[in-house]
Amino acid sequence: MISFILKRLVQSVIVMLTVALIAFSMFRFVGDPINNMVGQDTSRADREALTERLGLNDPFIVQFGRFALNAAQGDFGFSYKFRQPVNKLILERMSATLELSFVSAVLALAIGIPAGVYTALKKKGFLSRGIMTLSLVGVSLPTFLIGILLILLFGVVLRWLPTFGRGDVVAIGGWTTGFLTVSGLKSLILPSITLALFQMTLIMRLVRAEMLEVLRTDFIKFARARGLPDRAVHFKHALKNTLVPVITITGLQLGSLIAFAIITESVFQWPGMGLLFIQAISDVDIPIMAAYLVLIAFFFVIINMVVDILYYAVDPRLRADDA
Amino acid sequence: MKLRTGLLVAVAAAAIAVAAPAQAKTFKFAFQGDLSSLDPHSLNESFLLATLGNVYEGLVLYGPDLEIMPGLAESWKLLTPTTWEFKLRQGVKFHGGQDFNADDVIFSWQRTLSEGSDQKVRGGQIKNITKVDDHTIVVETPAPNPILVQDLPYLLIMDKEWSEENNATNATSAAGDNTGNYANLNANGTGPFMIESHKADVKTVLKRHEGYWKDIEGNVTEVEFTPIKEAPTRVAALISGELDMVYPVPVQDWERLDDADGVSALTGPEARTIFIGFDQGRDELLYSNIKGKNPFKDQRVRAAFVHAVDLEAIKEKIMRGAATPTGLLAAPQINGFVESLNTPYEYNPEKSKALLAEAGYPDGFEVTLDCPNNRYVNDEKICQAVTSMLAKVGVKVDLLAQPKSKYFGKVLSTSGYDTSFYLLGWTPGSMDVENVLSSLIVCQDEENKRGMFNLGNYCNPKVDELTAAIGSETDQAKRTAMIEEAFKIVKDEVGYMPIHQQPIAWGVSDRVTVNQRADNGLDYRYVTVK
Repeated sequence: MISFILKRLVQSVIVMLTVALIAFSMFRFVGDPINNMVGQDTSRADREALTERLGLNDPFIVQFGRFALNAAQGDFGFSYKFRQPVNKLILERMSATLELSFVSAVLALAIGIPAGVYTALKKKGFLSRGIMTLSLVGVSLPTFLIGILLILLFGVVLRWLPTFGRGDVVAIGGWTTGFLTVSGLKSLILPSITLALFQMTLIMRLVRAEMLEVLRTDFIKFARARGLPDRAVHFKHALKNTLVPVITITGLQLGSLIAFAIITESVFQWPGMGLLFIQAISDVDIPIMAAYLVLIAFFFVIINMVVDILYYAVDPRLRADDA
Repeated sequence: MKLRTGLLVAVAAAAIAVAAPAQAKTFKFAFQGDLSSLDPHSLNESFLLATLGNVYEGLVLYGPDLEIMPGLAESWKLLTPTTWEFKLRQGVKFHGGQDFNADDVIFSWQRTLSEGSDQKVRGGQIKNITKVDDHTIVVETPAPNPILVQDLPYLLIMDKEWSEENNATNATSAAGDNTGNYANLNANGTGPFMIESHKADVKTVLKRHEGYWKDIEGNVTEVEFTPIKEAPTRVAALISGELDMVYPVPVQDWERLDDADGVSALTGPEARTIFIGFDQGRDELLYSNIKGKNPFKDQRVRAAFVHAVDLEAIKEKIMRGAATPTGLLAAPQINGFVESLNTPYEYNPEKSKALLAEAGYPDGFEVTLDCPNNRYVNDEKICQAVTSMLAKVGVKVDLLAQPKSKYFGKVLSTSGYDTSFYLLGWTPGSMDVENVLSSLIVCQDEENKRGMFNLGNYCNPKVDELTAAIGSETDQAKRTAMIEEAFKIVKDEVGYMPIHQQPIAWGVSDRVTVNQRADNGLDYRYVTVK
């Protein structure tokens, strides 16, 4: 087990280096950062001096080497735009993104799994059909549109919920949380639904499909033949056997929740890492872009590792192999 | 013991909070971009300067219509053609309680010339400042400069002692090599508003500075600024009543705002002129099918282009009637504007075709138009319209519309003016036509940093001569005559294709009244909350 985790950690370093390398090789196509860092009247000599001081004239491999070396020591440099350390900026934003992703993941699981089970058991029910139809909307409508529609309905027409931002936050150490204030909680509702909707429908459809599969298998028939109550058959035997693929997908999707929060964050002006990143793209703020991409790669690696560990817990066959 | 002191402070703070007058007037607004720094010398960008202009002040201030008003200087006069005497205002205090005096002006000017500063161009207008007494200074310019004060509203004054105490005597550098500059995240100005809290890119709160030296028109006691990047979110936040004002509002949303209850679109012409330039410098265009010669060197071809473009149609169809078609590269708000030359070139496709035929291109030719797609109001749509209008006279335009970072990375001097035909917008930083002439119209001159935005290198020695004279002529009548002469030459030679002054659009709630300045600047001094 320990060796497995260690191996994974080594792999994660390689993954992050690769991501950084690919990212770096793409930055040159994003545009010229200098023009966003100076006013229109700034002279060419000053512009060139700035380019030189930022090391943007160095060969690609030198720039990358410098970045990798500093990053290995936990230093991601200075934001071109904010003139502040990137680490500080990202850490400030991380709590907003993680809280949003966490609430969305809970929503997606808490609604997705029961809905999946229900629609599998009551295949022909009126409610099931309704849920299945609605889920199509969740899968096919783009996040941006869903966000705007929710804002229009609940923010502009009904005026129940705020249309943007995070509301009042409470700082606990370096972590800011919106869970402790009314406006913080109200602000969470629309973005988390927007972000959760796709994952929710995905999990629901997955659980439903797996359930239907499992319910057809012999051991379920045998369980019924033994006269076990429906509850035990459905939840103890069937559901448990559907969970392995669900965990894989959920794990990967949790990474996507964090990574693809970008769109939700920009629709709701949610002050998280994704918003920081998308602003950084339009400003060609290379240090922020590089740090964010490496961080997201790190999240994915860690989540995958946790998923693999969870398999051991759920699937006894794996444990047997190990022993 | 420590805990008890803390408690006492907390109780005292709570008491003050309760005692504060109940009629706090809070003004909440959103802008598409963010306040990247609180350092007034870090970035020469209009939003940053207009915003910090509420916190810091210059020797002179912009009035509601961009007119120059006395600020930290009470009066000024020309002593010799190159020296000015400024009488500084007495009794002005910084937010931190420090007295404002001549040393602060000299310090701030030197700071604009420090390594990380992006205000070197403004600071460079001054050669030396000598202190006569605590409230009198003599400013020396490198050459006679009749419009020196035009450049001073945004040369913002910081306190010398405060900056020295906090180790912020150099401007915050974009290269991150003077790390953690205190002035990047803290401010101490003389203006009517103080920074209460600032989280870059998230929220900035400002409070009224009670000790401000002057009465202000508005009644706002607190200002909350949030950047909101996405236009639909911005508009929704206004209509829902969460915000009092948002800007800019995209052209297509104006009607929606006017239809909604309690909000309206406040529009007006911006001091920014949008225009199209031609590469007239190279002997062969970089992006064209004509080889061996440059068609844009021929005045008839340039004339054919301007007569082919229907500015009224662009105004009506793309700008919903809100743009002001123009014939000049300087807007009416700019000091030195020439009314008589502002009539646009006539729209006449027949004449255009005839001119092309006369110049030897009866079937037109091909050329690439460089265009930004996220810099100016509907910039890409304007370029598309120009493309199709030119197609009607036989010119095949390849449109290359790109995000501003890519676009500016291609066309500017640092990339060797890599363009043949381009769309650009310009607001002179000094609000004076001299800046228009010396940036856009004089021949490219790397050494003297002139004509740096004359991307197509329109070049006429006579205009250069006039521009130099305009820069130093102190007799207003003579100066005006020379300005007219210079712009007349440019217009007759069709140096550029002016398009329009783009509109500014702010979404404003009926709860507030604001003053819309033509440089798109929001001055909290003129904001009133009902």
